[in-house]
Amino acid sequence: MSRLAPLQRLADLVDRPMVALQRRIGQNRFAWVFLLPNLVIFGVFTYLPIALNFVYATTGGLAVLPTERPFVGFENFASLLDCRDYLDPSTCSKDLFWRALFNTGRFVLLQVGFMILFSLITALVLDREIKGRGFFRGVFFYPVLLSPVVVALIWKWILQREGVLNAWIVAFGGEPILWLMDAGWSFFWVVFVSIWAHMGFYTLILLAGLQAIPKDVYEAAEMDAASPWRKLTRITLPLLMPTMLVVVVLALIKGVQTFDEIYVLTGGGPGSATMLIVQYIYETGFAAQPRLYGLAAAASLLLAGLLMVLTLLQLWANRKSYRG
Amino acid sequence: MASAASPGLVDFLTRTRGRGRLHWTDWLAYGYLLLGVVSMFGPVVWVVLCSFKSEAQLMEFPPSALPYGQVTVTVAGHPEPLPLFRVRLPDGSVAEMAQLRRIGIQAQMVDPAAPERVIRVDVAAREPVRALSLATENYTTLFERFHFFRYLWNSVFITVTATLVMLLVNSMAAYALAKYDFRGRDLVFVLTIATLLIPPTVVLVPVFLVVSELGLLNSPWGVIWPGAATPTGVFLLRQYMLTLPDELIDAARMDNASEWKIYWRIVLPLAAPALAVLAIFAVMWRWNDFLLPLIVLSRSEQFTLQLALNSFKGEMHTQWGNLLAMTVLTLLPITLVFGFLQRYITSGIATTGIK
Repeated sequence: MSRLAPLQRLADLVDRPMVALQRRIGQNRFAWVFLLPNLVIFGVFTYLPIALNFVYATTGGLAVLPTERPFVGFENFASLLDCRDYLDPSTCSKDLFWRALFNTGRFVLLQVGFMILFSLITALVLDREIKGRGFFRGVFFYPVLLSPVVVALIWKWILQREGVLNAWIVAFGGEPILWLMDAGWSFFWVVFVSIWAHMGFYTLILLAGLQAIPKDVYEAAEMDAASPWRKLTRITLPLLMPTMLVVVVLALIKGVQTFDEIYVLTGGGPGSATMLIVQYIYETGFAAQPRLYGLAAAASLLLAGLLMVLTLLQLWANRKSYRG
Repeated sequence: MASAASPGLVDFLTRTRGRGRLHWTDWLAYGYLLLGVVSMFGPVVWVVLCSFKSEAQLMEFPPSALPYGQVTVTVAGHPEPLPLFRVRLPDGSVAEMAQLRRIGIQAQMVDPAAPERVIRVDVAAREPVRALSLATENYTTLFERFHFFRYLWNSVFITVTATLVMLLVNSMAAYALAKYDFRGRDLVFVLTIATLLIPPTVVLVPVFLVVSELGLLNSPWGVIWPGAATPTGVFLLRQYMLTLPDELIDAARMDNASEWKIYWRIVLPLAAPALAVLAIFAVMWRWNDFLLPLIVLSRSEQFTLQLALNSFKGEMHTQWGNLLAMTVLTLLPITLVFGFLQRYITSGIATTGIK
């Protein structure tokens, strides 16, 4: 406590006006004093921006101040959604938006699918009677803590033209490959790196789910001489399903919002091969000149709609997992 | 101590699934985990190793695994240490000699034992003698050539301040929601949790406007305030404070303690475990934060380490050495936090599901 003494004294200094305040508004209403800072920050930096997002999305021009922006109705949405053929981005007036949308869809399907698969395998392995389980659990979790920028730079260094990966290829008699200059390969690596960085988190949650399965179910199965494969497919996986559902939806929500590591690793390139939707919003609203705030806001509202659907899905999955 | 621990250790290392020896599936499991160790730690270890290579060695292809440096010797009559080479002499023998200077394709070499006699050899007939050595110049030039300490200070300031502000603001709200009974409490709680549905990426444009209207562009506070109230933090702390006994607070009120004093002197110290968990997360979130700083901080003197790394990846095309060193220094604090608090973090996530 003595080390906290200066802090204590600081708080005691605040005490006198707080006591005066309490006398005026009463003991129970003092709760609002505690709530105030939190509410103000939420109001100013979350709820006000949500309202402003609609204002931006329905106004045009290049001004930052909403009062200086002319009302254009749904023009921003219309131009984003203006396509002759929705399956072919090059026929759209905002073709980059559609490319980003398609990339996001492809990215999320591949990333979430393979990440959950690897997380499940890892969790199953860690659920065995393994020596040093805590250590191995930590190993898979370590990249989760690294910043996206650091993750991207680590892999950029490995994947560069004269990097260690190409050195191995050459050592085995192959030709070096420009991993991040080729559209197909760079998409592969973007998915791979994102799985590498995040799978530890989902492994942990799946492991917690596995360990919550009652042991007596397995004992009963062993009495009946069930094979390990049968135990996995008939007991473990069905009982893990609720956790699985939560993990998949959570991964989908995070996956759709992926930006940092891809932006640093490939910059969305080559061309727009790895540009996802959040990067499109960032580029349209902040990086490109002129800054098209209206278009960016309209795109982020469309993204918000998508996320809302996914979140509702998650709430539904959560309730299902509570019921068991 | 060691003798007391060793039976346990032997037991620990030879423990199996009870059948006395390892089943083939055990081998498979350990093989998979070993692969995991290599693929999770390998890339990071590789970057750390490379950050200790000299600029010349970083250009080599194929790269060597460990950082090497050329061996130098001090030869009598020469104040500077001279680089050592293994030279194939015209008579076919091989000797280790120091190089005086190089003129075109000819090099003047001397034997360190007999420095008077200078021998001219073809540069192709000599190769450098190398030994394991850590080149620290990537790190030292980082401090000279780039404003590394400024970025470090910006990152530390934002991380520490934002964490403290967040703990204060969130714990106050959590206390009100956990221990007071007032009209509108449920509405406030729902409004707080509902912000979970709104990811920061979605409100990027208007947050930028609000920050700029408040005059906080290019100020660390423009990054600190928008993230100071978090639904996760309020929820986590509220759940913990619900478990604190009401009698304690009632007793303090009997003793005429003010509401503020109860919060500060009783509730906060008791909530220390939950605050600690949240603090670890807050530090990780803020240290690694990227998108918000990217739009708020555009002047390079305000850059955090993450922003500096991002901006240098383009500028320092040929200076991978500095970039690698900076990457290592940026991942170091998180790695230390991880090393010491691994157990808390992993169990915290497994129970709360937050990241």
